[in-house]
Amino acid sequence: MSTTFLAAVCVVGIIGLILGCLIAFTAKKFDVEADPKVEKVRELLPGANCGGCGFAGCADLADAIVNRGISPSRCTVISAAALKNLSAFLGVEAEEKEKMTAVVFCGGSLSRAARKAQYNGIMDCRSANVAGGGGKACAYGCIGYGCCARACPFGAIEMRDGLAVVHPEVCRGCGKCVTVCPRNLIRLVPASVKIHVYCSSADKPAARRKVCSAACISCGKCIRADGQGRVEKQENGTVRINCENPPDISLAETAGCPTGALQTEETHRAIQPISPKETQK
Amino acid sequence: MPSNEWLLITVGAILVNNVVLSRILGICPFLGVSKKLETALGMSGAVTFVLTISSFVTALLYKLLLSAEITICGTTVNLSFTKFLVFIVVIASLVQIIEILLRKFSPSLYRALGIYLPLITTNCAVLGAAELNAGANNGLGRGILESTVFGFATGLGFGLALLLFACLRERLELSMIPRPFRGTAIALVTAGILAMAFMGFGLLVK
Repeated sequence: MSTTFLAAVCVVGIIGLILGCLIAFTAKKFDVEADPKVEKVRELLPGANCGGCGFAGCADLADAIVNRGISPSRCTVISAAALKNLSAFLGVEAEEKEKMTAVVFCGGSLSRAARKAQYNGIMDCRSANVAGGGGKACAYGCIGYGCCARACPFGAIEMRDGLAVVHPEVCRGCGKCVTVCPRNLIRLVPASVKIHVYCSSADKPAARRKVCSAACISCGKCIRADGQGRVEKQENGTVRINCENPPDISLAETAGCPTGALQTEETHRAIQPISPKETQK
Repeated sequence: MPSNEWLLITVGAILVNNVVLSRILGICPFLGVSKKLETALGMSGAVTFVLTISSFVTALLYKLLLSAEITICGTTVNLSFTKFLVFIVVIASLVQIIEILLRKFSPSLYRALGIYLPLITTNCAVLGAAELNAGANNGLGRGILESTVFGFATGLGFGLALLLFACLRERLELSMIPRPFRGTAIALVTAGILAMAFMGFGLLVK
């Protein structure tokens, strides 16, 4: 009996010993040296793995920065201080880069946009866009099922009253939402621009008014009120702020936009459902 | 060995006694990495790879060392009762060594399977296959070649179940599910129905 135990202990012990030596041997013999510089760069990157740089993740970008000479400013979400740190480590000049933020160019929340149908399909903007465009009547506006909010790796997009709004202090400008929106409503703009015309409809102005109470009707009031070409009408009839030379945010009040399409980023973000009473007025 | 015996081993391991859906082994990766088809593919590839190699090594060990009667100082001992202990140690170290070798010699394969390999070191499906090999034929164990084929077929069965389940879960993502059932609850219900569907294969082998 005791021999059995002894033999078992010996056999298991010897097998363990052999395997341990084998692992130690292979680990030493076939060791792949990881570049310590790549490791360090990866640590200095934000580690969000958002893919905004076009690489598969932070580790992939770190590899590209060290081995292929890609500029560290390819990272879209890195803060200015961290970029300075990283550039100092790599010994390259830090590139000045303006912070970008995503903006949803639509103000058609549920209580402002007219409804054309009850949508019961898959609750995803891309599916809804294929199947007749969801419940809202406007063929250009936010569908409101939040595929951008789900795509955002930072949770910067909130669905308020059936409209996607961006919180710029959380947004890091990676551009994931831009590619995912089936209506191409989201664009990256400099974060310093705080006033926009929140409408992307390319319909005739009267048709826009019919489907949304917050639509830009291309009346030109804001263009005249500004008078310096800082607000421009585009080819397809939509009005846009010139992001390179933006007007002051006070224009939102002084222009007297009849529909409220021209508004500050703050009011757009704070959008509230209109009570039914107010709508009847 | 007659040719229909091989068929019995393969079809039995893939469909009739599917390692996940009928033996309820390897449930952790089955639920854990089945959210996306892409990761499920990588995982099933890695499991098949490890199962084949570990089945071969454990069968070799069992045949030559553990199930044999060894005579020490006049007493005959049979060490087959230590098989679990030996198998788990062997499998875990084997996976470690394979990982190191893959990283050195085949970086592309390492990138495809690499992150899944450490997850499989103590996967119960792998240990289960080794134990099923050892326990076959009333504890005498399967032959070494049969064991390897059985391990490979078990891996394929695991992959089949995982891929089917991943496809189902990807579709579940987009369907409207009552709130209490969302997430793991509906996944488990689905897994149960899938297992019931696989019971139909039980009639294939008498």
